[in-house]
Amino acid sequence: MYRIRFHGRGGQGMKTASRVLGSAFFCAGFEVQDAPRYGAERRGAPIFAFVRAAREPIDERGVIRCPDLVIVADDSLPGVPAAGVLAGMDEHSVLLINTHEDVQLWRERLNLAGPLLVLPAPAETVDRAALPYVGTACAAAAACLSGSIERDCLMTALREELAALPETVIEDNLAAAQRAWDAMAPHRGLVKERDEAGARDYTPPAWVDLPFDSARQAAPAIHAAATSVEVRTGLWRTMRPVIDYQRCNRCWWVCSTFCPDAAISVEPDGKPLIDYEHCKGCLVCVAKCPPHAIEAIPEHQAQQQEVAP
Amino acid sequence: MSRALLTGNAAAAWGARLARVDYVPAFPITPQTEIIETLAGWLDAGDMPGRMVTLESEHSMITAAGAAAATGVRVFSATSSQGLLYAMEMLYTVAGWRAPFVLVNVSRGLASPITLEPDHNDIFAARDSGFLQIHCSTCQEVLDSTLMAFRLGEDPRVRLPVIVNLDGFYLSFTREPVDIPEAQLAAAFLLPYEAENVRFRASAPASQAMAVLGSGPYSYFRYESHLAAQNALGVYDEVAQAFGAQFGRSHPAVDAYRCEDAEVVFVMIGCFATKARHAVDRLRDSGVAVGLLRPRLLRPWPAQALYDALRGKRAVAVIDQNLAPGKGGVLHGELASVLYGQPDAPPVLASFIGGLGGRDISAEEFYEIAALTRAAADSGRTPPPRLLYTEDELREVRKLQAIAHAEREQLRSES
Repeated sequence: MYRIRFHGRGGQGMKTASRVLGSAFFCAGFEVQDAPRYGAERRGAPIFAFVRAAREPIDERGVIRCPDLVIVADDSLPGVPAAGVLAGMDEHSVLLINTHEDVQLWRERLNLAGPLLVLPAPAETVDRAALPYVGTACAAAAACLSGSIERDCLMTALREELAALPETVIEDNLAAAQRAWDAMAPHRGLVKERDEAGARDYTPPAWVDLPFDSARQAAPAIHAAATSVEVRTGLWRTMRPVIDYQRCNRCWWVCSTFCPDAAISVEPDGKPLIDYEHCKGCLVCVAKCPPHAIEAIPEHQAQQQEVAP
Repeated sequence: MSRALLTGNAAAAWGARLARVDYVPAFPITPQTEIIETLAGWLDAGDMPGRMVTLESEHSMITAAGAAAATGVRVFSATSSQGLLYAMEMLYTVAGWRAPFVLVNVSRGLASPITLEPDHNDIFAARDSGFLQIHCSTCQEVLDSTLMAFRLGEDPRVRLPVIVNLDGFYLSFTREPVDIPEAQLAAAFLLPYEAENVRFRASAPASQAMAVLGSGPYSYFRYESHLAAQNALGVYDEVAQAFGAQFGRSHPAVDAYRCEDAEVVFVMIGCFATKARHAVDRLRDSGVAVGLLRPRLLRPWPAQALYDALRGKRAVAVIDQNLAPGKGGVLHGELASVLYGQPDAPPVLASFIGGLGGRDISAEEFYEIAALTRAAADSGRTPPPRLLYTEDELREVRKLQAIAHAEREQLRSES
């Protein structure tokens, strides 16, 4: 059985990626299970999706503990412990990361026991309407790496899963899939199925008897105010809104009022300030600003500019 | 017939579509919403006839479902968790009307604390409402059971509403290969609803009974519902047989997997049971004679079939994905009522609680349950109930509590 996990951020198309790969395996004659995993829907939050594919009906369910392949669509995720990107990886597991950075850098950074590959992220385009289709690229890369899916099945799966989109968008996706497929072609078949350990030599679960705790401790209460401030939801951002203060007319209310996360405050002189620790990058402010004084730039680009002297 | 990848939610919607439902009262709730969204899309596009109305709450939604069913049309609705509980008053009420319809519940643990992930306390809260209950473990079963539920509930010997239950996330959002029956085959299996005297009409006042009943009539009507539910056992077998003949898939009231020569039997409901089936295969590979017994029908309770399957076994492990605080696992108690005092009843009936709030159950845990239950069979002593909960999970909670405690102390020192 193949066990494959996609990690990305809400909005990057990880659910679609898992469905494209699931349909491609199905087309190739496999029994399939694919599913997304998330809490309350949150654009930009770390989410994952997974695919199981086997020659026999699948009885396993739920989160994949020991993946054969982990695909990371957003290279800021390995640094977010809650994302659980590396969970259960061992020497058998392949990691594929979508990044602008060098493969050697990531190998040193993560020091994994198994193979690590890079899916080169496309260069940033001036025309932001030309989306990078990262979900499609990830699905295509996974299909190629499995070695069990022919390209025709992948393309059929893409057409099925994207059927609701305009033909030009589908064509762009097919092209993105082709590029990712070609990039992975030298490693075709690198990801191998594995059998599960049997029931003979298992490690018994470390069950505990839950102790009685006083209700002072055991009631699910939050004892401190404003704890959500401690959660740096700014880490969810893939695009960063940046205010051009030359254009900002100090209206004092539009962007700060429409910000759904109250992440924009206004100085006494009417100057708005974005709290990047908590701005999730929804870009409502960009859409609302009357003089178009707020621009959106890719988060990683913004971070590089910060680092540069 | 076509075989496609469908989520449990899409499978439920397909069941309703193939049942040619006339009316769908709706209210959204995670993880069910996709069912009514799918139906809304089809109704809007003219892919199916019928009418959908969005109500302002689940309480009103079930009232509308019952009222529409009382006019003799075919009704489908869906909800989950807190929504099912919000509708609870009307669940009991409409069940008493003896007007059949099908409600899909997507199981999700109840507040507090809140979760989106599945366990069965929501559906067990409706256990005694008078609705029949079918519990599914695959997306295919969701589609098939929805069709079967209409035929079961509409049978003149039954005439009760039916809940089809599936687990949130693990089925609701998980795609699996599902055979979608041809519409004409589905129509041949599920004939148009013969509503007989169920024909409440506007401007045609009708009353089924006095507003307030004395104990004699009250007992009569309540017990008639019980007898109808018990009739559903035999009717279910007929429906399952007809379904098998039409579609070649078998959905017995009690699914017994490798039980014949088993020494120890797992008993579970819902989709985590496929994990148990997987564990049974691995245990069999290693020479351990284990089986899995999965009641699909929870109401009516197929007591005889369960007893027949468990008779003579050395030990039984009931794995409850629910918790009745102050009691323990609900299914465990139900099983005890089947076995107690019967000839050749298994001497050991062990209770395990797991999967609360969607908490996973690992293969190793099933192996350990089998080992403990076999050991109990050897000693003849049923072990105390066991919560499936590991050191790592407790450590994580302790970490959270340490943070909460530190913050509390900090707050106190600042004030």
